[in-house]
Amino acid sequence: MKSEHAAHGSPHVLPVQTYLAVAGALLVLTIVTVAVSFVHFGAWNLVVAMVIAATKAILVALFFMHLKYDNKMYLSIFAGSVLFLALFIIFSMFDTLRRADIYETVGHPIRPNAIIYQQTDSTQTSTGSAVAPVDSTAKH
Amino acid sequence: MSTAVFAERNYLNEPAGLKAWLLTLDHKRIGVMYLCAIMFMFMLGGFFATLVRLELLTPKQDWFEADTYNQLFTLHGAIMVFLFIIPSIPAAIGNFVLPLMIGAKDVAFPRLNLASWYIYVLGAFVGIYSMISGAVDTGWTFYTPYSTTTNTSVVSMTLAVFILGFSSIFTGLNFIVTVHKLRAPGMTWFKMPLMIWGLYATALIQVLATPVLAITLVLLMLERLWGIGIFDPAMGGDPVLFQHFFWFYSHPAVYIMILPGMAIISELVATFSHKNIFGYKFVGFSSLAIALIGFLVWGHHMFTSGQSELSSMIFSFLTFFVGIPSGIKVFNWVATMYKGSISLKAPMLWVFSFLFLFTIGGLTGIFLGALSVDVHLHDTYFVVAHFHYVMMGGTVMALMGGLHYWWPKIWGRMYNEFWAVISWALVLVGFNMTFFTQFILGTRGMPRRYYSYLDQFQPLHGFSSVGSWILGLGFIIMGVYLIHAIFKGRPAGANPWGGLTFEWKTSSPPPHHNFDAAPIAVHGPYDYDKVKAESTFFDYAAGREVPRKETVNQ
Amino acid sequence: MSMNHAAEHPAFLEHHFNDAEQQRESAKLGMWVFLLTEVLTFGGLFCAYAIYRSWNPDMFFNAHKELDVWLGTVNTIVLITSSLTMALAIRSMQLDNKKRAILYLVFTLLFAATFLVVKYFEYSHKFHVGQLPGKFYTFTGIQGNNPHIFFSIYFAMTGLHGLHVLGGMCLIGWLIYRTHKNRFSSAYYTPIEMVGLFWHLVDLIWIFLFPLFYLIG
Repeated sequence: MKSEHAAHGSPHVLPVQTYLAVAGALLVLTIVTVAVSFVHFGAWNLVVAMVIAATKAILVALFFMHLKYDNKMYLSIFAGSVLFLALFIIFSMFDTLRRADIYETVGHPIRPNAIIYQQTDSTQTSTGSAVAPVDSTAKH
Repeated sequence: MSTAVFAERNYLNEPAGLKAWLLTLDHKRIGVMYLCAIMFMFMLGGFFATLVRLELLTPKQDWFEADTYNQLFTLHGAIMVFLFIIPSIPAAIGNFVLPLMIGAKDVAFPRLNLASWYIYVLGAFVGIYSMISGAVDTGWTFYTPYSTTTNTSVVSMTLAVFILGFSSIFTGLNFIVTVHKLRAPGMTWFKMPLMIWGLYATALIQVLATPVLAITLVLLMLERLWGIGIFDPAMGGDPVLFQHFFWFYSHPAVYIMILPGMAIISELVATFSHKNIFGYKFVGFSSLAIALIGFLVWGHHMFTSGQSELSSMIFSFLTFFVGIPSGIKVFNWVATMYKGSISLKAPMLWVFSFLFLFTIGGLTGIFLGALSVDVHLHDTYFVVAHFHYVMMGGTVMALMGGLHYWWPKIWGRMYNEFWAVISWALVLVGFNMTFFTQFILGTRGMPRRYYSYLDQFQPLHGFSSVGSWILGLGFIIMGVYLIHAIFKGRPAGANPWGGLTFEWKTSSPPPHHNFDAAPIAVHGPYDYDKVKAESTFFDYAAGREVPRKETVNQ
Repeated sequence: MSMNHAAEHPAFLEHHFNDAEQQRESAKLGMWVFLLTEVLTFGGLFCAYAIYRSWNPDMFFNAHKELDVWLGTVNTIVLITSSLTMALAIRSMQLDNKKRAILYLVFTLLFAATFLVVKYFEYSHKFHVGQLPGKFYTFTGIQGNNPHIFFSIYFAMTGLHGLHVLGGMCLIGWLIYRTHKNRFSSAYYTPIEMVGLFWHLVDLIWIFLFPLFYLIG
């Protein structure tokens, strides 16, 4: 239950140079990411920007937030939050990017002359048209 | 002659006064306050349920307009889910027993705990305000685009749920830290009672999933108030996205509801079989497994929503994995009872009804998780019956078992066993009459959320409505004898059931600081074979204090 | 901690903890669990961002040109520096240097205020030209489908982040007051450490928001 620091009588103090070096690296990376954004890599721009952002985030977490020195429990909680966030985004995008991959479903009204279609499709002349007013699976 | 004693100096009367109660930081008092609040909400939600069943007694519209009916089932669902089941076992019973069971003086953050109760009450009041000011009719799921266009009070109800989410997060956060940091000396992870494993897994879901619900509801409110267009197809938004957001919380939330129920069952099975739990580690880790897998299956609520077929298949496949840890638990409970010395006290009766009903609910869940079957059964009464078998047949049965089990600890007094059996029997019969018929209705094509139906469904619907009255009667009887027990019950003594976990080592009701002497874990929570010789407990059938040996080796 | 042998029961130790170490570790664990909930709260918005950007890559590219890269860069530098001063404030308290700690906290507060002032100018410009979320969107200069979605997400994410900056400022103000009142020492500086963690997370989220909105390539 106790962390490795339990035996220590005083808090774990990092030298000032460590903080300054980390802040310096963060500022340099900020300049780099802005500069790189003006070069056109296509889809790789996003990858480069995210890799730099992740590097910065790791620096902040490890040094400013002391994860490198603290009980590894905290590191695993933080990693866990990122993992579950990734699950959320990946599974959601499995749907949003792959709709109508297998077969295109087109909505058909069960009763084409129902009142709802007569009210919304005032511009359409034919009443027996089998085209739904809203195509529910249209790709975005 | 009874040797059981009632602890005169206890947390209920020390310190005295209303102000001391309202500002208390004692987890036991907060648990009791939660218990009162959720029981009120259970009555309110049950009241709406009986109105729904009343309307469904006959095929035609006879008591309520269609819109009123929509509001009734929405209020029933929203109250039961957000105000009753989710806080029920963790916040009420869990708050009371968790620190006791791990031998702590309190939860890690007592002020946060009290804040959690006040936030719950605030959320409840906002919810009640919403009901008065034009109750929502969207169903408890608030699906867009209907929820952004209906003219009922969606914003105030979502605000209520948003507020309630904080109360849930605070409870979960408190439990995680308490379990990690405040265990008594000697209580290793594998000496913890299984109740704690269940509550811990629940707490993990509470802190991981609830924030996503919060942001979802904020987006819904923004959509409704300012038309930001994220969920509005007319503005390039996607209503199905709302369902992803909603179910990323609400599917794991289903396990917030059932895991604590399973936790209670693990305690009760071991105590009333007087036997070590079969496969302790499997039961413990299966709680964590359910919590984890619960995050991977939310899309099975959306098979017919227009999500991609590929993700439907993946979600369907992953859904079957939930059956494995759930099955492990059920088999281990049954194996625990095998060759045990089972005492058929009221809490154990609730365990049996849990095992019976939860197994039906779980298996029908497997049917619904199968993609092709679900397309057929989606939005029918089959689904309604399924989740009532899991939520009510599972969680509520476990909650009632837990209430009876810890009632003597909470109040120091015993309820009437005769009436407990009567009420249990009425609830079990009434429940099956009400909901088993709905499986049949569903397979025959009766859709959910309609106030009228075809004449051919009348016998089944009528049977179901009559069942709901029996069910209600069972709960009313229970309410009467449980409240009676608080004032007039016989003193229960410290350990009426012969339990080995820490909460039975302190007096009933427990003192303000939980334990007179700090407990140390020397044996596992269910080591009945090791400790039977030297301990005694108060046996109600015999009406006296008996050595454990007598009952174990009959 | 050093308080263990200094006093049997220090004033800051609550009754249900055995010692200061247990109390400090509980607070820290609780804070990390809270940060986890924060990550997932923002996570919902990141998910919405990812989906709408994947659906409308060209519109996102065109819309992002309406944001001022230089103001964004300035704000990133300001926030990173405020994280540095926050870390140094904690370090000063660890060394019992109360005056230094207050100085660093005041700097952190000022940087936070600078961030919000810059954000105010960015927002007011967008309000002025009608680059607003959803149905309030009146700007016409962006090519692509539904550009109002970009601004819906932009305002939701930076707005929620801004609220966190505001909340952080209140907490830092409270810390300055408490430090001034001699409530903290090298034996007990848990609140400063906890607010520090919160503040670094606010910085960390901005580190992702900045390239996602201002630097779409």
